[in-house]
Formats: sequence, C-alpha cells, structure tokens
Amino acid sequence: MLKPAAIVGQVILYGAFAAFIGYFATSPKYRQIADDVALIKLSISHLGDRECRKRTPEELQKLPPNMRAPMDCPRERSDINLEVDIDGQPAFRTVMHPTGVYKDGVSTVYKRFEVKAGSHQVAVRMNDNLVKPGFNFVKEEQVTLKPGQVMVIDFNPDRGGLFFK
Amino acid sequence: MSLHSSVRNNTHTVLQRIEEAFDAPFGGANNPLRHLGAMGLYLLWIVVGTGLYLYTVLDISITGVYDSIGYQSQDLWYFGGILRSLHRYASDAFILVMVLHLIREWAYGRYYGFRFYSWITGVPLIWLVYASGIGGYWIVWDQVAQFSATATTELLDWLPIFSEPAARNFLAPDSINDRFFTMLVFIHIGIPLLLILGLWAHVHRISLVDYLPSQQLMLGTIAALLLLALVRPALSDAPANLALTPAELRLDWFILFIHPLTDISSPAFVWTLLFAVTALLFILPFLPHPKAEPIAVVDAANCSGCSRCHVDCPYAAITMAPHPHRPGFKIAAVDPDLCASCGICAGSCPSSTPFRRQEQLLTGIDMPQQTVNGLRQRLEDALAGLEGPSRIVIFGCDRGADAKALAAPDTAVISLMCTGILPPSFVEYALRGGADGVMLTGCRSGGCDFRLGDRWTAERMTGQREPRLRSKVPLARLQLVFASRNDGKILAAALQEFRTRIESRAPSDGPLPPYFRRTSHHA
Repeated sequence: MLKPAAIVGQVILYGAFAAFIGYFATSPKYRQIADDVALIKLSISHLGDRECRKRTPEELQKLPPNMRAPMDCPRERSDINLEVDIDGQPAFRTVMHPTGVYKDGVSTVYKRFEVKAGSHQVAVRMNDNLVKPGFNFVKEEQVTLKPGQVMVIDFNPDRGGLFFK
Repeated sequence: MSLHSSVRNNTHTVLQRIEEAFDAPFGGANNPLRHLGAMGLYLLWIVVGTGLYLYTVLDISITGVYDSIGYQSQDLWYFGGILRSLHRYASDAFILVMVLHLIREWAYGRYYGFRFYSWITGVPLIWLVYASGIGGYWIVWDQVAQFSATATTELLDWLPIFSEPAARNFLAPDSINDRFFTMLVFIHIGIPLLLILGLWAHVHRISLVDYLPSQQLMLGTIAALLLLALVRPALSDAPANLALTPAELRLDWFILFIHPLTDISSPAFVWTLLFAVTALLFILPFLPHPKAEPIAVVDAANCSGCSRCHVDCPYAAITMAPHPHRPGFKIAAVDPDLCASCGICAGSCPSSTPFRRQEQLLTGIDMPQQTVNGLRQRLEDALAGLEGPSRIVIFGCDRGADAKALAAPDTAVISLMCTGILPPSFVEYALRGGADGVMLTGCRSGGCDFRLGDRWTAERMTGQREPRLRSKVPLARLQLVFASRNDGKILAAALQEFRTRIESRAPSDGPLPPYFRRTSHHA
C-alpha cells in the first residue's frame, strides 16, 4: 500500500512529466522569418544545351540503316551560367554543372532569398550553352511581394523559358 | 583517468542520485528511471495503437488529410482527438525516454563487452525513430508540416543523393498531389515496422526482457498522457499553403529541433554533427574500457544438466548442449561473448552447496575469480574468527552498498561480485557453523548491475525459486537489505536493527544443529 507521501510524490512527478512533454511539444514558438519578409525561391532543373552537327548524306550512307540519325550530338551537356539580380544588385551568380558520370544529366540549382515585403525589380539571366556568349534566356520583372509570400523562379522551355510564379 | 571516463563517472553519480530520489515515491519496481527500456516499448505500443486508429480515419488527399484529422480533433475530440493527442505525446515521451536510456546506459558503462551487440544495434534505431517522427508530422499537412517538409528536403539536398533537388517537390501548391500522402503513409508505417524489427534485434540477446513496465507505472504514465491530451489537446495549425511561408510556428522541439538548428547553422554543420554523433556512438565500445572479467566455467564432471543456470542467466549466455561423456544427458555451455561474469549461474547450481564433503569443492559451473570453494573457505575462516553474543555474517555486493566498513569482531563481511552468486545453502551453512544471523545485501530493487541478481536472490531465499533456502532455516535469522553504494548509513542502521532483533530472541528460538564439515561424521 502506497504511503500518502509517496502518492503525493508520484502525482508531482507524473505532473512534471506531462508538463514537460506538453510544453516542449509546441513551445517555445519558432520564428522562421520576420513578419515583413517574403521569400524568393530560385529552383531550376534543366538539361544544358549541346552542339549538334547535321550528318552529311555520305556519312549517313556509311551507317547501318537502323542507326542513321540525322543529327550527331555529343553525350555531354553544357554547363549553365545563371545570374540573379534583385533591385539592380547582384544577388546570386553560379555555373550549374550537369549531373552524371558522363555529364549528361540535368543541371540544378535551389536557393532561397529573404527579401523585405514590397516591390522589387527581379532580373534573371541564363545561358545554357556556354559555347555561345551572353544569355539566351532573360526574365526581368517588377514584382510586389506580400509578407510571407513565396515567389518561385523556375525554368520550363515549354513555358517560354524562365518564369516567375 | 581519461576525460571520457571522468565525465561518464560524474554523470553516473548524478543519475544514480536522481534514480534513488525517485525510489522514494515510486519504489524500485515502479521507478521509471530504472525501467527506461520497458517504458520506451510501452510508449511505442501506445503510438502504434493510436496510429492504427488514425490510419483508418485518414482521408489520403491534399485537403482530405487536414480535414479528416481536424474532424477527429474538433468533432470527435472525446475519442479521435484524445487518440491523436496520445499519438503525439507518446511519441514525444518516447523520444525523451530513448535519450535518457541512451545516456543512462552510457553513464553506467553498459556499451562494451557483452553489451556490445545491444549497444550497436540500438544506434540505428535513433535514426529510424526520427525519420518516423518527422514524416509523421508531414501527414497532417498543416503549416508545421509544410515547414518541416521543406526544411527536411532542403537538408537532404545538401547530400549528393538526388539528381534533382528534393525541395522542388514543395515549391508551389501545385507541386504535390494526392499520391504524395499515399507514399507518406506507406513510409510512416514502414519505418516503424523496421523499428520494431530493430528493437527485436536490440533485446534478443538478453533473457527475460521487460517488454512492459509494471502495471502501476503503465497506469501512471497513461493517466499523465490522458490528462495532457485533455488539458492541451494536439491540434493542427493552419492548413499548408506552399505559396506562403508561415512566420511563426508551434514547433515540436522533441522531434523537429533539427530544423531550427539547421537555420541557425547550416546543412553542412547539421550533417557533420549527425554523422559525427552516430560515428561516436559506434566507436564508443572500442574506446579503452576496463578489462573483461573471466567468464563462467563449466565442470563436466559436476554438471548434472539441470538447466537452472540456463534459466537464471540474465544475458542468455548459457545454452544446454549434449553432454560429451554421458549419453542422454545435457551440459551447460557458456557463450564467451554473452557472459557478463556476474556469477549468478554459480549461485543457481545445485552442486554449489558447501555441505558437500569434498575438501576441494567443485561445482557444475563456477567463476574462476570467485570460486564456490573459495567462498566456502572464506566463510569457514570468517566463522572461526567471530566472537561476541550475536555473531553476524554479512554477504555484501561489490556493486551495492559497501559492507566492508561494518566488519567487527562480531561481524564478518564477505564481499561478492554479485549477491546472485551466493547459493542459499551458504546461509544455512553459516548459521550451522556458528553464526547467529546472516545478512545479505544487494543493489536496490531494479538497480542490479546484472539485471536480475537482487530478484533471484530474494526469490531463492524466500523459497520461490530453485535452489531454495531450506524451509527449516529460521527466516528471523536472515536479513535481506537492498542498498546502493550511496546507502552506507541505511546498511549500518539495518545491521543494528537486525542485531537487536537477534539478541532479543531466546537462544533456543529456532536453532539449527551445528555442522562442522571437517569434524562431521559426513566428512
């Protein structure tokens, strides 16, 4: 039979156990970002370009009939050059390398930027074939971001290249 | 002493003090700190049971998961809501118990030698627990789930394992579909199944595992969790919206602490920390530690194949094999990797009786560093030197309270590697050899360094377990005291009380016929 003091002791300790679990299950609150901050997520996954050459009729004639592809393309993909400016200031510069042992996979980038909510001039430039100079994809836009809003910078050739959403 | 040993010993001292403080209200059998492994399993069953219910009511679609769980918490708060809260709080309690279990086993030095296997198999379970816990938070698909999913995938993306960033799956509201939750539930069930399998491996090298704590401890724990579920029910945050990022979150710090840690440091730091801690846990058993004691040795000529040592061994180190010389008979076989060198087997052997006539007492299974023959010799020497009106023999435990300080002309102290090594017949032998009383000391209940030494000793002495103390031995002349190394005063007080009790009894009260081995006609 438990003594009264033991019962009181157990109640206190079980209570402390429950309080400890209950408190740290939800508290203290974690502030991920400030109230007046929005996020810009840069996330691109794209196959770099490659320099293909059209085969001549003579070359095609020499190939077995089942291998007469009109274009001769290397397996390797080009690095991708990417630049992001926010409000005219360089925010990010990178060269994305193709994945894979033979460098024939996609090039990817994922980056988060915290910016003050409000209006911002966002410019993104991308060159997916470094044999050629300059940038073959450019997107520049004035965006207005609410506090906590997430804006994504992505790339999809079917949607015209770089886009914001 | 190395820095590691110093830190470990200090932690051991602190933990032992706290455990002993918990003994006051709970007692050894119901002390949660002495049964952390069993507590963990109990909490896991609560998580599994409540999780099965939640699985049956979960609508696996983007909006369905949030609404169906929300319905349980809001409309069915008295049943589904409570079960959901129990699921969450038992998970948190499991993490707490797991961490305490890990620290305790390390502090008590239970990670090398024969415990190597249990330690090593326990380390991967920590990863499984966290993988399961973090994934569980995603299923609700509220703001915390969104935060955790994004943060976890961003953390994973630091490792070169995905060709495309996994975080791209949580870029925008249209990035995920219903099938995501199907996969999530599948993983959230699959990982705990792996965990249960891992737990089986974790404990299967020890015998008589405490799969559940005592009934009182289970009732107290579930009552505390139920009260918490009623006072502070687990609720979802606002629904997830990948177009927005929540500024402030009510985070479960037991499971999701890794995300803020990543935010204030970096993925590189967190992965380095996680892999370093894991590697350290794996390396610990290989660090310098005390040399292993000699293991139990079986004497084929004296082993009758009775299996008592096999039954009593706390670490399943003894198996019964065919006897090499006696067809149809069995013999005990000791696995050197599992033997804890506790001597409990020697105490269980029916051949370990000091009344045997051999000058050199050989028993079926013995400890080279503390043989039964040596024990009999020490007892005979001690009895010969005792004088005074109440002569008491104390069989002390090296791991428990230090009895040596109580040695006096009328008090002989024989220290044992574990009280469980003492065959009950030694008590009768001492009383018939001239002692007026025998005191047996061991670790506190539930605190035996070799798990079952105190329990087996108490059961053998009270006639509940073989080998039994013979019923004609007056129990009034036997005193069991279970005291830790911090309980020197308690032991001294118990001895004084025992002596007073013996002295108050009439000399003719329950005497046993004297027996002196060398002069007895049996000899």
